[in-house]
Amino acid sequence: MNATPSATNGPAVNGAAVNGAARRGSALAPAERALDIIGGDLTEKSLRLHLEGLAGVDAVGLEERAASLGTRSIKTTSKAWALDTIIRLIDLTTLEGADTPGKVRSLVAKAVNPDAADPTTPRVAAVCVYGDMVPSAIEALGPWHGDPDDGRISVAAVATAFPSGRASLAVKLADTADAVEAGADEIDMVIDRGAFLAGNYGLVFDQIVAVKEVCRRGDGSFAHLKVILETGELNTYDNVRRASWLAILAGGDFIKTSTGKVTPAATLPVTLLMLEVVRDWHRLTGERIGVKPAGGIRASKDAIKYLVTVAETVGEEWLQPHLFRFGASSLLNDVLLQRQKLTTGRYSGPDYVTID
Amino acid sequence: MNFLDYAPAPESTSILNLKKSYGLFIDGEFVKGHGKPFLSISPSSEEAIAEIANANSTDVDAAVAAARKAYDRTWSKLSGADRGKYLFRIARLVQERARELAVAESLDNGKPIKEARDVDVPLVAAWFFYYAGWADKLDYAGLGPNPRPLGVAAQVIPWNFPLLMLAWKIAPALAAGNTVVIKPAETTPLSALIFAEILQQAELPAGVVNIITGAGDTGHALVNHSDVNKVAFTGSTAVGRAIAKSVAGTGKKLTLELGGKAANIVFDDAPIDQAVEGIVNGIFFNQGHVCCAGSRLLVQENVHDEVVDRLKARLATLRLGDPLDKNTDIGAINSQVQLDRVRELSDIGEAEGAERWSAPCVIPEKGFWFAPTIFTNVSTSSRIARDEIFGPVLAVLTFRTPAEAIAKANNTQYGLSAGIWSDKGSKILAVADQLRAGVIWANTFNRFDPASPFGGYKESGYGREGGRHGLAAYLKGASW
Amino acid sequence: MSRLAVPKTYKLYIGGKFPRSESGRTYEVLSKKGAFLANAALASRKDARDAVVAARGAVAGWSGATAYNRGQVLYRIAELLEGRREQFVEELIASEGASKSAAIKQVDAAIDAWVWYAGWADKYVQVAGNGNAVSGPYFNLSTPEPTGVVAIVAPQGSSGSLLGLVSVVAPAILTGNTVVVVANQVAPLAAISLSEVLATSDVPGGVVNILTGSPAEIAPWLAGHADVNALDLAGAEHLDWVDLQVMAADTLKRVLPPEAGVPAPSLERIIALTETKTVWHTKSLI
Repeated sequence: MNATPSATNGPAVNGAAVNGAARRGSALAPAERALDIIGGDLTEKSLRLHLEGLAGVDAVGLEERAASLGTRSIKTTSKAWALDTIIRLIDLTTLEGADTPGKVRSLVAKAVNPDAADPTTPRVAAVCVYGDMVPSAIEALGPWHGDPDDGRISVAAVATAFPSGRASLAVKLADTADAVEAGADEIDMVIDRGAFLAGNYGLVFDQIVAVKEVCRRGDGSFAHLKVILETGELNTYDNVRRASWLAILAGGDFIKTSTGKVTPAATLPVTLLMLEVVRDWHRLTGERIGVKPAGGIRASKDAIKYLVTVAETVGEEWLQPHLFRFGASSLLNDVLLQRQKLTTGRYSGPDYVTID
Repeated sequence: MNFLDYAPAPESTSILNLKKSYGLFIDGEFVKGHGKPFLSISPSSEEAIAEIANANSTDVDAAVAAARKAYDRTWSKLSGADRGKYLFRIARLVQERARELAVAESLDNGKPIKEARDVDVPLVAAWFFYYAGWADKLDYAGLGPNPRPLGVAAQVIPWNFPLLMLAWKIAPALAAGNTVVIKPAETTPLSALIFAEILQQAELPAGVVNIITGAGDTGHALVNHSDVNKVAFTGSTAVGRAIAKSVAGTGKKLTLELGGKAANIVFDDAPIDQAVEGIVNGIFFNQGHVCCAGSRLLVQENVHDEVVDRLKARLATLRLGDPLDKNTDIGAINSQVQLDRVRELSDIGEAEGAERWSAPCVIPEKGFWFAPTIFTNVSTSSRIARDEIFGPVLAVLTFRTPAEAIAKANNTQYGLSAGIWSDKGSKILAVADQLRAGVIWANTFNRFDPASPFGGYKESGYGREGGRHGLAAYLKGASW
Repeated sequence: MSRLAVPKTYKLYIGGKFPRSESGRTYEVLSKKGAFLANAALASRKDARDAVVAARGAVAGWSGATAYNRGQVLYRIAELLEGRREQFVEELIASEGASKSAAIKQVDAAIDAWVWYAGWADKYVQVAGNGNAVSGPYFNLSTPEPTGVVAIVAPQGSSGSLLGLVSVVAPAILTGNTVVVVANQVAPLAAISLSEVLATSDVPGGVVNILTGSPAEIAPWLAGHADVNALDLAGAEHLDWVDLQVMAADTLKRVLPPEAGVPAPSLERIIALTETKTVWHTKSLI
């Protein structure tokens, strides 16, 4: 029930200070999926061997496949459905130092009623804010707060010293606990990229397990955990595959590309790769993990390519809020403009969509 | 709604300005043929597109005479720089009329518009651009101190990449200073005839390129014409053999680009998802009508099931249907004749005991179609492991060690191409070293580029097209 | 009393050994003036078959050697020839009726040709191969490779037998090909003497196989042989060589046409007996 000592013991767990040999043999937190797949002898070493045994990625081939998926021509009825689906899958986001309760209220109003002139417009899936803005978001949502699969809107909070993740585990867990206590339905955590790139996979793993545990509420339910890999910093596709797999083994419900604060953020190839991991996990275990590309997706045209990529890689079933999200802010307005063109037949303009 | 049943996204044919009938393009003009005209049909709908002239031996004589006259009086007297400028013009016009050419190609050949638009036509333009630049630099090509053109080149091309094969033939021939008589395949003449209009727009001197449509007889008359200095043929090994015999002793230079039965080798340390894409691209691109198709999958035995499972899952998202729909991945088989052959060999595969699996595609009522098919449990002695099927049919075999993969890959009378999939560079290069194939793709497949020489070992033919090597075929004093 | 000579027996050179023809046949080699010089083996189709087997068996080792190694081996042959100049000169005088100065000139030219070709072994790839600037993230390289087993009809003129042989063998083998040569019929002695040089050099058995006898009889068997990759008809001018080319077309052999006289040293000849292989390899940092 409690996180294992190695994950919560004070300063020693920040990684660098711990002796390498000791780390290699030390047991990792007993996350259920990892125990199933890797087996009882779950250590830094066994985790590393497992991750390094995953198939490599040829970047040229991956990028060509993504580009090829991007040539699908989505028109008429397919386009209309796609635009509505994109909206339904958006985590409408504001993550600025300058965020105020007023800003959050404005965002929520847009989330609930994206196109003031068109009440047939679907609602977004969630609003995504910093942890301390969760109360403002919940208050603003009022009766619209709920499960996006039911057509309501959930509140996702970034946590764990977002975006850098550079703080002690205790601070990151406290950050998370505060958001959960404030009522966040979903937690978007960041992994420790420094630890990952230094090869301390066990440390990254244990931190995710610990955060997941803190997502457990008093009534036994869990806040939904999205694990942000920050693919732009992981740099290579091989790293992204390993980190994705690690995040799933450690208990993540979603794997998410980016914080949106680093370039490159979400790209079609990297999202394709993460969908392939999710597909493979499903083949292996029958379990469905969600994927969230975030940052840099501004045009409907691009978002549609993502829908195609999801459908043709893991299947249409994944085009639902509990399995796929877009982390975006300006995308919504571009989709609305496209939607307006489909309805009216003429090109629209920025004055016909609201800023939030 | 079922999102994956994408709404129709048809490319319009309104860009085409088709004539009801086309003549032969001889000496800069369209003239009537003296043979019996025939219809070119769309293999996806079986509807007629246009009436095509048929060149008989008189027409062939006229075409060769026009090419000879143009060579003697005009083309051989032009500087390389000027020849290059004509080729640049042609390249530009191809780019300008790219969409029209892509639609015509897709309509006439049956290949998806996506491929004609994104692969065929851009490569056509690129080929002319590339060779345009060589025209005034032949002395630097490493083919001898004073390379001279051969004269008149007779060229016969196949139906699988009609316009691209035309570019592969005409561009280097003209750059090297030769004039040309070219015969497109009888089922796919349309893009060549539109290309003839482009030649007129480019104001290419009359007779430098002559395009004569017809069937086997026309081709036979052309390659056997006594006033031809060079013969270039792309097509089946059987016909290539016959041409090699008829050319013996005539002094004509000959290059051949024939069949293949390429091995696509997937090692256990391959980047597996990209390897699956490479397998799919290798044999189902262009409906498998590719001489260099990866028609044999040689997969390391310890990952056979994994690869085959992923392959089948991937094939389930291939879309077969109207070639002019922008979302179509698999188009029509080019002709009834070819469809019959693919069916026949597939039935033989089953009879030989291999296990047959086809993608669950809905086959349209009209037209010539064959669902992407894979055969597992194939042995090296099976006919489907040895004979070129030239359709969307993959034979899957296994191997245990790299040496065994190489031995099986090389154990064929063909030698055109091969693929190697592995994350280990030293292994890829060592395998590439020992494969007896003219084109080897590592962690990719079916890549073409005007700068990259293409051609086969053994019964896949001789000579190379593309690159510096591609000039050799059209110059005196150069090997092949 | 003058000393009784020990006449030489001239046999075939196959797989590094000197067998007689399996048919047991020989033919008379006469001097220009018609005097009896020797009995040379009259090769049969089965000898040709065995020679092809030996040649094919030697391909892997010879083409697998480094180019530097092959160049050194060829150079050593030139050294050995140089050491045996007298012998070759005398043989040419006897078999071709050449004047001493003409014989010396021919032997010198043969040695020099051999040296010239030796130097190409590790260089022809640089001249005939190259990188290709394809438009995509690929490393793309074209490189020539030996075609495999080459059957050769050596120049058949009544003079130039040594130089003619060297001029067709050296360019073929320096790249790693192995050869089956039908020697000069009327003047075969230089070919067998050259074989003796080869046998004492570092050339592996089977790389060069020499059949003495009738090109008209033997060449068709080589032209039709499915395990021969290329056919060099350099000396086939007076044969029904078109028929040979037609036979070769059955297996799509690469065919070099007849040449009048002795082929001059040429890079083109080297490259004509190679295949170009083009390799694409993806490249990416991530």
